[in-house]
Amino acid sequence: MTSSAPWLSLAIWIPIVAGCIVLATGDRHSRESRWIALAGAAIGFLVTLPLVAGFDPNTSAMQFVEPARTWIARFNVKYHVGVDGISVLFVLLNSFITVLVVAAAWESVQNKVAQYLAAFLIMSGLLNGTFAALDGVLFYVFFEATLIPMYLVIGVWGGPNRVYAAVKFFLYTLLGSLLMLLAFLYLYMKSGGSFSIQDWHNVPIGRGEHFWNDPQILLFLALFAAFSVKVPMWPVHTWLPDAHVEAPTGGSVVLAAILLKLGGYGFIRFSLPILPGASHDLAGFMIALSLVAIVYIGLVALVQTDMKKLIAYSSISHMGFVTLGTFLFNPLALEGALVQMISHGFVSAALFLCVGVLYDRMHSRNIADYGGVVNVMPRFAALMMLFAMANCGLPATSGFVGEFMVIMGSMKINFWLAFLAATTLVFGAAYTLWMYKRVVFGAIGNDHVGALRDAGMRELVVLGALAAAVLWMGVHPAPFTDIMHASVDNLLKHVAAKP
Amino acid sequence: MNLIPAYPELWLLVMAPVVLIADLFVRDQRRDATYALALVVLAGCAFWTLVTGHLTGMQRTETFNRMFVADTIGHVLKMFCYVAVGASLVYSRAYLVERGLYRGEYFALALFSTLGMMVMISANHFVALYLGLELMSLSLYALVALNRDSAASTEAAMKYFVLGALASGLLLYGMSMIYGATGTLYIGDVARAIGANQPDRIILLFGLVFAVSGMAFKLGVVPFHMWIPDVYQGAPVSVTLIIGSASKLAAFAMVVRMLVNGTLGFDAGDHISDLSRTLAFNWQYMLVILAVLSMAIGNLAAIAQSNIKRMLAYSTISHMGFVLLGLLSGVVGNVLSAANAYSAALFYVIVYALMSLGAFGMILLLSRAGFEAERLDDFKGLNSRSPWFAFVMMLLMFSLAGIPPTVGFYAKVVVLQPVLEAGQVWLAVVAVLFSLIGAFYYIRIVKLMYFDEPQDTHRIETRADMRVLLSLNGVAMLALGILPQSLMQLCLLSIQGL
Repeated sequence: MTSSAPWLSLAIWIPIVAGCIVLATGDRHSRESRWIALAGAAIGFLVTLPLVAGFDPNTSAMQFVEPARTWIARFNVKYHVGVDGISVLFVLLNSFITVLVVAAAWESVQNKVAQYLAAFLIMSGLLNGTFAALDGVLFYVFFEATLIPMYLVIGVWGGPNRVYAAVKFFLYTLLGSLLMLLAFLYLYMKSGGSFSIQDWHNVPIGRGEHFWNDPQILLFLALFAAFSVKVPMWPVHTWLPDAHVEAPTGGSVVLAAILLKLGGYGFIRFSLPILPGASHDLAGFMIALSLVAIVYIGLVALVQTDMKKLIAYSSISHMGFVTLGTFLFNPLALEGALVQMISHGFVSAALFLCVGVLYDRMHSRNIADYGGVVNVMPRFAALMMLFAMANCGLPATSGFVGEFMVIMGSMKINFWLAFLAATTLVFGAAYTLWMYKRVVFGAIGNDHVGALRDAGMRELVVLGALAAAVLWMGVHPAPFTDIMHASVDNLLKHVAAKP
Repeated sequence: MNLIPAYPELWLLVMAPVVLIADLFVRDQRRDATYALALVVLAGCAFWTLVTGHLTGMQRTETFNRMFVADTIGHVLKMFCYVAVGASLVYSRAYLVERGLYRGEYFALALFSTLGMMVMISANHFVALYLGLELMSLSLYALVALNRDSAASTEAAMKYFVLGALASGLLLYGMSMIYGATGTLYIGDVARAIGANQPDRIILLFGLVFAVSGMAFKLGVVPFHMWIPDVYQGAPVSVTLIIGSASKLAAFAMVVRMLVNGTLGFDAGDHISDLSRTLAFNWQYMLVILAVLSMAIGNLAAIAQSNIKRMLAYSTISHMGFVLLGLLSGVVGNVLSAANAYSAALFYVIVYALMSLGAFGMILLLSRAGFEAERLDDFKGLNSRSPWFAFVMMLLMFSLAGIPPTVGFYAKVVVLQPVLEAGQVWLAVVAVLFSLIGAFYYIRIVKLMYFDEPQDTHRIETRADMRVLLSLNGVAMLALGILPQSLMQLCLLSIQGL
């Protein structure tokens, strides 16, 4: 299918260019910076709409492919972008979230506004590039470059312990991605000098007798290092609660909604199709780690006293479903994993924005400092209720769809597997609703809470947009899953056929 | 005699004394004239290099009884040497004025050391190579000691001189052994003699150990690195700039001439003799040890530094380890994938020279009369003082750390690729792990600039020429990172023209 305009390149470069313009406005014109940033983010989102409107759900081939342009001829690296049913929704999600992040920062960020907004716009473009890249080096450059703005966002606008969190975030992620780089260079060699991801899918990678001389297993572990840190999977998840707690609201939102998805996306785009043998061999290991994340981290979330930390642990637990669904090798579970990623993008973004709304007013994230918020902020409380319900997987919200699909998928494999995964419905409800109860319900906890004013127009619009998305996806998920079908089926067929 | 290949050297040989003599007639207040003249001389060198390249058709051309050679790698490295020395003069003008070092001798010595580098780069004979090395080193010793009243500078110069003399001795001893085994001092002929005469391998190997030690000293790799931190810290920053950038390019050329041209005879094409191949495995093995130690000690020691000059010194050590990674993966089994590997090392060393120019340039930017911005804390809150230069420094730091989209990333990629191709997966993993450790201290600088409040609140005052050049230097990290193809191609052509 051909497209009239290079929509993907526009989706990548418009936010980056807008970010540079915002940066150039400097710190003295914060009003102008905000409007330019909003315009840039909005246009960036608008150009992604044709991607869905013109998407052909009947093919698993890459769509909106732009003619590959030679970028580094010396290593046969090309600027080559395209999307399929697996990646297109992420591009959309990312551009959508960016608009909200820019809007949410309108009043709450007053320090170095231009740099803050520019960081998010540039990051948005880079993330779109990561999801759209069809060339290994291009993917890597975008993947890695997102570290720079995120590092600055956490470190400059973060909380008291921000330096520790920023450095930990950076080094954890860098370790994983450097090993991935070696894997990419190895694949480049094996494929006879190609960095094309699609070529890599068809490169036969040999097997060895033991795991230490089995190229597939070693490559899998190298990719695993990169993606498991991003997801994050237990036990390399410890950077996430720190990063979330210290990051400013926008940083938490993008981190939870988009950056974490790079891990799940990486497993689906790279590990499964390139290394099906190793993926099968290590599926048990991956499933075990996923279950630990779902159950154990769910329990950890129960005892948190800090709202952001609680949502961070809840994110890890939810992302456990993504990795679980990915390594069950059946279409239902894999689609469930993808749906779960998109849904979690909406829900976690919304919850972090809710915490941001409270934090802007109270400058505290401690659950104990709140109580009875519903009495003074009824509209806000209603919206937060919806997101809390979505987080525990209530039917008719987006949270339910993905989890249900993954649980059904695991039921086909093993009852106990499904049983363990389903415990999340209990724990998830417990930690989310308990937090909601302590923060929102009850009598007004103290004078500060009594003086709170309800969410303003801007905040309501931002949260309302997310609420609409959560409900739409929960009530009528078909448009989302239709887009994925062909690509997911084709991927699993490829995985089954390739040694 | 064909003088065309040596035009740039002859020009500089004539003009460096002219600068010195002309300075006698310039009053102290008008010293800018000498400064301008020195820059013109360097620009003239670049011009004559282009002329030479054009007249020789970029073909390998030998002259002076085959002791001197003009080829593509020579032209490329010389050009970057002019850039490095020229930029160091521009960056350090205010610094020199404020410290009373803005004198004619400074420029003449800088030009003479450049001449030494050029001779090293173009040497085709052990004696020519040695003469170039000594001319460069002696000029640099004097430059380090130029600030006579500073005890640190004097100590650094002494250390540099004593250890440098020792290294020269080692190198010379190694050369004499190779001469004893092969009967020739011509670099290209050594490989042919190795192939034809089957000399005693033990003597050759003995010579190689000494020669590699001498070269390792000049590159500054572990365990021959002791002088680097002290000299970098003790020398005036303006001189450190030359030692850290241009002299590394020359040292790299020396390694390529000695090991690749000399023992491997790369210009002989595919006809590498068995003995040459065996020797290559031997020296590659030596380089593996040097590279791993350099990456380990360079990166680990850099973390503990609170002085940015020392930190960058240890960072140099680790980067030179990476350069060696490219050099040691040229000969693999029976395959010669040398062009790939050596051009990667060349790419790395050029990129490193540009990065270190910028990083030391930033120190000069923040220094002023009576104040050396050499503590890490002096970079605190730079984003509040000057967002643009904080951005420039951030690009340099991310480039040194090897994070895309800066060019440092491609430098890492191009050297890791031949290492993997050579089947040395463990070495690539080690390199990657140490570059992770390295990333820590580079992002610490970014942290200081962006996350902390400034301690030093003086306004940053610089002249326009430095401001522009330093900005260009930083932005080049990004520009080359987005479009690295041309530089990669240039490096490949250079190696193929050996």
